[in-house]
Amino acid sequence: MKLKSDSLKRFLIDSAVPILFIVISVIAIPLSKFTGLYLVREIVTRLTRDTFLVLSLLLPVMAGMGINFGMVLGAMAGQIGLIFVTDWGIRDVLGLVIAMIISTPIAILLGYFSGGVLNRAKGREMITSMMLGLFISGIYQFFLLYLCGSIIPIKNPKLLLSRGYGIRNAINLDTAGAFDKLLRVKIGGVPVSFGTILIIVAICIFTSWFRKTKLGQDMRAVGQDMGVADSAGIKVEKTRIQSIIISTVLACYGQIIYLQNIGTINTYNGADQAALFAAAALLVGGATVSRATIANAIVGTGLFHLMFIVMPMAGKNLTGSAMLGEYFRMFVSYGVVTIALVLHAWKRQKDKEMDRAQFRVDVKTSK
Amino acid sequence: MNRINQFIKSFGWPRIIIALFLISLFIAGPFFGVSTDMSLNDVFVRFGMNAILVLSMVPMIQSGCGLNFGIPVGLVAGLIGAVMSLEFKLTGPAGILAAFLIAIIAATIFGYFYGKLLNRVKGDEMIIATYVGFSFIFFMNMMWIVLPFKNPSSVQGFKGTGLRVTISVQEYWYHIISDFLKIKFTEHFTFPTGMFIFFALMSFIVWAFFRTKIGAAITAVGSNPEYARAAGIDVDKMRVISVIFSTILAAIGIIVYQQSFGFIQMFNAPLSFVFPSVAAVLLGGASVNKASIANVIIGTILFQGILTMTPSVINSAISIDVSEVIRIIVSNGMIVYALTRKAR
Amino acid sequence: MSEGNILLKVENVGKQFEGNRVLKDVNFTLKKGEILGLVGENGAGKSTLMKILFGMNVIQETGGYEGNIYLDGEKINFKSPLEALNSGIGMVHQEFSLIPGFTAAENILLNVEKTKPNVISKIFGKRLETIDEKEMKKSAQIAIETLGVDIDPDTLISEMPVGHKQFIEIAREIDREKVKLLVLDEPTAVLTESEAEILLKAMRKLADSGVSIIFISHRLNEIISICDKLVVLRDGVVIVERPTKGVEIRQIAEWMVGRSVEGEKSVHIKNEEDFDDKDIILEVKNLWVDMPGETVRDVNFKVRRGEIFGIGGLAGQGKLGIPNGIMGLFPSGGEVTFNDKNLALNNTYNALKSGLAFVSEDRRGVGLLLDEPIDMNIAFNAMQVHDKFIKKLLGGLIKWCDNKAIKECAEKYIKELDIKCTSEKQKARQLSGGNQQKVCLAKAFALEPTLLFVSEPTRGIDVGAKKLVLDALRRYNEENNTTIIMVSSELEELRSICDRIAIVSEGKVAGILSAKASVTDFGLLMSGIDKLEEEGESNEQN
Repeated sequence: MKLKSDSLKRFLIDSAVPILFIVISVIAIPLSKFTGLYLVREIVTRLTRDTFLVLSLLLPVMAGMGINFGMVLGAMAGQIGLIFVTDWGIRDVLGLVIAMIISTPIAILLGYFSGGVLNRAKGREMITSMMLGLFISGIYQFFLLYLCGSIIPIKNPKLLLSRGYGIRNAINLDTAGAFDKLLRVKIGGVPVSFGTILIIVAICIFTSWFRKTKLGQDMRAVGQDMGVADSAGIKVEKTRIQSIIISTVLACYGQIIYLQNIGTINTYNGADQAALFAAAALLVGGATVSRATIANAIVGTGLFHLMFIVMPMAGKNLTGSAMLGEYFRMFVSYGVVTIALVLHAWKRQKDKEMDRAQFRVDVKTSK
Repeated sequence: MNRINQFIKSFGWPRIIIALFLISLFIAGPFFGVSTDMSLNDVFVRFGMNAILVLSMVPMIQSGCGLNFGIPVGLVAGLIGAVMSLEFKLTGPAGILAAFLIAIIAATIFGYFYGKLLNRVKGDEMIIATYVGFSFIFFMNMMWIVLPFKNPSSVQGFKGTGLRVTISVQEYWYHIISDFLKIKFTEHFTFPTGMFIFFALMSFIVWAFFRTKIGAAITAVGSNPEYARAAGIDVDKMRVISVIFSTILAAIGIIVYQQSFGFIQMFNAPLSFVFPSVAAVLLGGASVNKASIANVIIGTILFQGILTMTPSVINSAISIDVSEVIRIIVSNGMIVYALTRKAR
Repeated sequence: MSEGNILLKVENVGKQFEGNRVLKDVNFTLKKGEILGLVGENGAGKSTLMKILFGMNVIQETGGYEGNIYLDGEKINFKSPLEALNSGIGMVHQEFSLIPGFTAAENILLNVEKTKPNVISKIFGKRLETIDEKEMKKSAQIAIETLGVDIDPDTLISEMPVGHKQFIEIAREIDREKVKLLVLDEPTAVLTESEAEILLKAMRKLADSGVSIIFISHRLNEIISICDKLVVLRDGVVIVERPTKGVEIRQIAEWMVGRSVEGEKSVHIKNEEDFDDKDIILEVKNLWVDMPGETVRDVNFKVRRGEIFGIGGLAGQGKLGIPNGIMGLFPSGGEVTFNDKNLALNNTYNALKSGLAFVSEDRRGVGLLLDEPIDMNIAFNAMQVHDKFIKKLLGGLIKWCDNKAIKECAEKYIKELDIKCTSEKQKARQLSGGNQQKVCLAKAFALEPTLLFVSEPTRGIDVGAKKLVLDALRRYNEENNTTIIMVSSELEELRSICDRIAIVSEGKVAGILSAKASVTDFGLLMSGIDKLEEEGESNEQN
């Protein structure tokens, strides 16, 4: 009986964050005055759009490197691929596939670099990966603003700024919706893109299969205790780099899937927010900095976007100010990441104390 | 030769490259029709505007809390001070003093809770501080809309409620510090003596603080928490004090910035101060756990120098505006570099 | 003795660290299926020897070793522990090296997982092979059963009692198919008596199946009951290599601690008669301290005013926990009476304020601010605790550091303790170990304590500096009549300076002896031989 209530308690504690968000949404949905059908349609669209990006965060968490805020490196690689494909005028699924092919080596290279940098910053991977994202974004901007159209040939004048070189701020994609249009079925008035969903399912299967491989096992071991893993002969640094490379490449594909759904690239500001929203979504789903599952990713994406849709409207209807809802939405995005990070750091300290407390009981009883 | 190597090693390659780059910009400037006096004017003014913000990094670094990515907590306190002073319609020295006073009170309260939070997350201070700062900005954005501010110069004209995005301080305390004892050298070069005196005063307070009993204890906590604990020092309390101190300095710094700039920038504006302030102190030679006032001065000159000189010189030279990109690469690159240094 | 039967042969092995010799001309052999008991005091060279055998990086980094080691007749010189593992040497360290979030099976097979190839692994390599959970469980089960214990391979390590963790650790080593030689470093230290018995039986079983074992333990009765052969190390030299048969515990203890010549005799001038139990400065009752690796369970002792009281014992037995606990550096409980007043525990400031001072064994970690100058290091505690070296400005509102007074104080101690430095402004990091230790002493002296704890004052410093440090302590004790409690793992050092010495074993005081008692008695107390406890106490009464 006690065991049952304990495990229930544990379940509630573990899913405190998702429950909190469900409560917020339940309160906000009636206030927003959106219809159920509209909400379902929006959620389905956003799930297909964002889940892949969120899934790209799973492996570094498993390897003990926390949330890989450096996934924006992958997102940038993906955008570069899409820009080139657009320039060459390749359309539809073929265009997306070629974009993926072009951006994969860039993502691998960036991931390798990122992993190397993070190996030099053990214990503060998250802040370093975040700063690395901002740093590489400077180089990315330099590449697109000054090299493209001047050194790197861009034929399509629609892509270039009026001054003759440099990529425009917003680009319409010829490949827009290419994956989404595959196997699109309307179910009860809700269009469901089975094409994209199949890709997401494939990546879920890949992730859960990967966890069971030797490499996956090594990553878990490294994530739990680098020292022990090292003394057992696992190449710690290499394994960490591999996890970051895979994450970066997946983020690259994720960004391509995301953008083909949106249909336009926001060239210079698009990637920056990708990590924040992906991290927030994952954490809303009940993941922590040291444990994240596929279910966390999917549930989190759904809940986070539900709140994202509902909040500004609810805020507007309640106070008459649209900005208030907008700020609240941003506050919650940052806030949820903050809370998750704080809870994790705090829990780690508490766990340590608990361990010792148990020990103290042992000492006393042995007297 | 050996000594030169030693110097390069201790000073760090990035700093040397940037210093050389800045010097070459100053030398090249006149050839491209950039007037030296205007450049100097810009560098000095910007130094005065930003130096205290950079100085606010020092207490937290010294106490081992790391780089203060949560500087928005202090900036917001400064904004509160500024808009409250306007609300009371105080002008001139009284206005800015009121702004300081209110900002200090707000910063003390915020800093206390911010410090308490950082004590609970030892080891992860920096990433959490970043997100605390960001969340706090958006939380206060809601407050700026909701709180009942009345002064017509502050609130949005057409609605009469909610603060403006930029609020002019022209009629209140514009250039109150900048123009104090200012010296006009040429038409384009006015030395803002007041801001330098004020910075010197703040630096003196920081310097003196670290020469008191509490200051020494904070240095010990940052340098070796175990040592401090063995000396009977309440480590957590010292960390909170340092966080409060940093937060107060940031609040004062942003008001000094505003009186020179002429506007209070509300809402998302504090976001853009985070990484440049952190980068500047690192550029001056500080590390994640050691910083001095010399680091602040060198860093601010280098960083603001690059910021002012690149647009003017490089744009005139090759007529391409790469300054924004250079700023991003230098400031963020510098932070990444510092984070990957082995902490010693 | 046929050559073919010999598994391990150690020949003229020696090792020095930066001029400090820790092993000299070590020779012994180990036959297949034999259990060798390796005993010695701390610092006798046991762990260095094992590090050499196991190819730890430290050895390579400090210039390798002298002599030859043969395994199965082949000369070996491992560059990394991995090579040693692959050649069939398994080692179980004192600290657990298990992953708490993994199951027993996953830990036992860490990095030697059973895998199945699949389509993708055929293209991208072995690391993408899938883990075969069933096979892993089976393999783990076999390893656990070999040890004769009953543990479910699916249990998470974090949910296991300490004893089980130890078994998993050993199971991991024996699971490796090629294992020929197993090194067990104090495996019974964390086990209950019945668990220890199971382990000893399992060791016998393993040995019978042909695996040779090197067994390191401070529990001499275990050594006698299980080992075929005994090697005693003292000061880096093999004192005895012989079969265990017919050896008595007392004899081993003597070999362990006994110096060939009775070195420096106790030189202190004071007589024991100068003290009695009437003037007790510190009384400790039922003290427990939760210091990882040095747990104190239940300690009782009394210290007389003005004496130098030694606390000795082997590493990990809890002697270091005593001063750390009383000073509030680690959570502790019990009753401590200091100067007839109850001393609140877990409050470092209060302890310092009431006149205690502590020189930590962790010089660089706790004792010093390495990047601050010497004078700050010396004055800091006195400044923070007693408001010394402070100028009060604005009526006490600002407590300004009096740099002149700090400088004078530092200069005084630099002269008194003969600290070798360029000036009092030199950074503590740049000093040698011995001079750093003197700075630590100066820091404590500047507090002007009535009772001074000194923990491992000579660890890691050279012989000349050792003498200076000990002399300084003795002088301070005599000149100021300050009571000193000195904790050290070097018995000779304690005997040369202390009046009485308590030996701590398994978190308790095994006995308190006069410094003049025979080394054998001390050795026995260290080995946790309970029956001699009374004898020890009667000694004290004399």
